[in-house]
Amino acid sequence: MLLNQFLFLAAFLFATGVYGVLARKNGVLVLMSIELILNAVNLNLVAFGAFNQTVTGQIFALFVIAIAAAEVGVGLAIVLLIYRNRRSVDLTGIDALKG
Amino acid sequence: MVAQNIAFWTIALVMITAAMSVVTTRNVVRAALSLVIVLAGVAAQYILLAAEFTAVVQVLVYIGAVIVLFLFGIMLTRARIGHESDLDHSNRVPAFIVSGALFVLLVALLRDAFGGIHIPDSAPSTTGQVGDAIFSTYLVPFEIASVLLLAALVGAIVLARRD
Repeated sequence: MLLNQFLFLAAFLFATGVYGVLARKNGVLVLMSIELILNAVNLNLVAFGAFNQTVTGQIFALFVIAIAAAEVGVGLAIVLLIYRNRRSVDLTGIDALKG
Repeated sequence: MVAQNIAFWTIALVMITAAMSVVTTRNVVRAALSLVIVLAGVAAQYILLAAEFTAVVQVLVYIGAVIVLFLFGIMLTRARIGHESDLDHSNRVPAFIVSGALFVLLVALLRDAFGGIHIPDSAPSTTGQVGDAIFSTYLVPFEIASVLLLAALVGAIVLARRD
């Protein structure tokens, strides 16, 4: 297998995730797009680990998975608070810091 | 080798379709279920790369826990089950231009840097090797990650509980 086919797939997932973060305005959907980005990074790490014949890539991927789980927990709690305060998860409405 | 490539491109095609569905669908629950397909596809690619422990962790943590958390989030923010018209910004075109340019740039760079390099065929890394590395070389980051998970858990509870 070519190394590049995994890297191209990860690049596509990454670009899709970036599109989702920029184009979506529902808070939960933005968090889902961030998951796409993190999975693209994990795929890269494991592919490079297999290429270098070490387990280091896998271990970094495991750390990223742990961080992603923590991020989703806190992120959804924040989205829940936004919903409780504003009765909507529309991220364009959160512009209190705008001058 | 051919079988592996057929498996790769089949799974990759499914993942690409599902990923595009995650960022374009008008239905929040369908987006979450498409995300399940993408995450399962990533786990399958890990197995193709002979990383079976990471694949199992991917299924357990992402499909088992994170997706359930997302479905809870959808339920608690009372998103409608069905079509919804206001999920997207008005600036979809600039977002598409930015992400498309990013993808083209990444593909050009990767083609330049790693073109024609093959992943060597080797014995799959065993779960024992992964465990040895985590509990010797990467012991301190592992402990820090567990403390971070605890802190995130406490933080999420503090944020989300009603006083």
